[in-house]
Amino acid sequence: MIEIKNLCKSFEERPVLKDISTKFEKGKTNLIIGQSGSGKTVLLKSIVGLLEIDEGEILYNGEDVAHFSNKERKSLRQDIGMVFQGGALFDSLTVEENVRFPLDMFSKQTEKEKLDRVNFCLERVDIKGANELYPAEISGGMRKRVAIARAIVLNPKYLFCDEPNSGLDPMTSILIDNLINQITRDLDITTIINTHDMNSVMEIGDNILFISHGEKWWEGNKNEILYTSNEKLNDFVFASPLYREMRTLKKQELKDEQS
Amino acid sequence: MKFFFHLGQYMLLMKKVFSKPEKGRIYWRQLLVEIEKLGIDSIGIVVIISVFMGGIITLQLTYNLTNPFMPSYLIGLGNRDTLILEFSSTVLSLMLAGKVGANIATEIGSMRITEQIDSMEIMGVNSASFLILPKIIAVVFVSPMLFILSIATGLVGGLITGPMAGVVTTAQYLNGVTYAFVPYYVTFSGLKTLVFGFLIASVPAYKGYYVDGGALEVGKVSTQSVVTTSILILFFDLILTQIFFK
Repeated sequence: MIEIKNLCKSFEERPVLKDISTKFEKGKTNLIIGQSGSGKTVLLKSIVGLLEIDEGEILYNGEDVAHFSNKERKSLRQDIGMVFQGGALFDSLTVEENVRFPLDMFSKQTEKEKLDRVNFCLERVDIKGANELYPAEISGGMRKRVAIARAIVLNPKYLFCDEPNSGLDPMTSILIDNLINQITRDLDITTIINTHDMNSVMEIGDNILFISHGEKWWEGNKNEILYTSNEKLNDFVFASPLYREMRTLKKQELKDEQS
Repeated sequence: MKFFFHLGQYMLLMKKVFSKPEKGRIYWRQLLVEIEKLGIDSIGIVVIISVFMGGIITLQLTYNLTNPFMPSYLIGLGNRDTLILEFSSTVLSLMLAGKVGANIATEIGSMRITEQIDSMEIMGVNSASFLILPKIIAVVFVSPMLFILSIATGLVGGLITGPMAGVVTTAQYLNGVTYAFVPYYVTFSGLKTLVFGFLIASVPAYKGYYVDGGALEVGKVSTQSVVTTSILILFFDLILTQIFFK
């Protein structure tokens, strides 16, 4: 579990995150949603330690990372897998080498064991026969899946995804969502996803944090979001008539299920 | 103020670069890749430029030193010492700052803006050391070799051009090349290329590592890194010449 307490972050006197506190639970898909520029990526990068925070605490399993020694911090990093918005695959390495990279750097496995693990992870994300291809030779959806394979190759305890659906067609988006959700359940890890994809919100949002202009505005799950009276959240999530109509249908569906 | 900010940031980066590597074997593999990419791939351009420059220096010396009291072998001697003292060390390093430096700044800058460096950091890899150290070692390692290659091919350039243009005979030229040879010149210039090699790799790496923005900024830092490295090469040339020839 990851907990953040009163987190504040600013860039050159400009506050980007204001007093955010929340908990991201283990075995659940936690979503951070908000408009572009609301501070989602800054929040995610602060939690993983890519950005230094100004105030507050970030606790991994109850331990504040600010008090970690360099060795502990390095060890924590190896428990973290991250999928970046563009995939962030290494251009000069093949798909196989990309996924094997963390194993080469941190594991003491034999070459055969490493290859088996790489192939297992690539199969897990449904990629076959692309081992020798370079990132430039594969599609955007495949790049994201390779990035997920690389993120899980060391069996992380925490998985972070920064807008994993951006730039993907709806069908591939659903595939990626389901894949991340399934991995979260199977590995029983803490997953945090930054997104503004409403399909992800309605499908895999076990715990949703809505932030706007760097402030926490709402927290709940995918069912609670249907009944929220928070105006800002409603304007954001149900911005289009199609989503408003879907909400009505979904509410009816839940009502029918209950009765 | 900006100068001191960059100097401090550069020093901190170098501290990170020269920290203990995570896995020596991976760094070794990376070093071999960099030696090929930054060194071996530069051999062609070094040979072409050196042959032409050797030829041009020979012709210039001939046309400017034509005097009945000047022995002809001075053309070979002049060509040799010009190549050793300045051309094959300084001018060649300026050329490498353009070719290799721009390559390094662009590669690392692109990795920064596409979050590849962030992804390394997330994994717990010292990205500065992993990306920059093999490049510095590779360029410092190949620079003296390219320097020697440049002297050799430059002398060949003079040997071809001089007799072909009819300004000096092969025997006179070779006599000059072997006359009054000072080995210290080679040692001094070889040492200079080590310093220049370090600058050629580290300055563009620094510029690329801290780039902020998109493709446009990567292009800008690539150009800036070539200009900054070139100025630093000339500055250090001045300082080193003053120190070692005093």
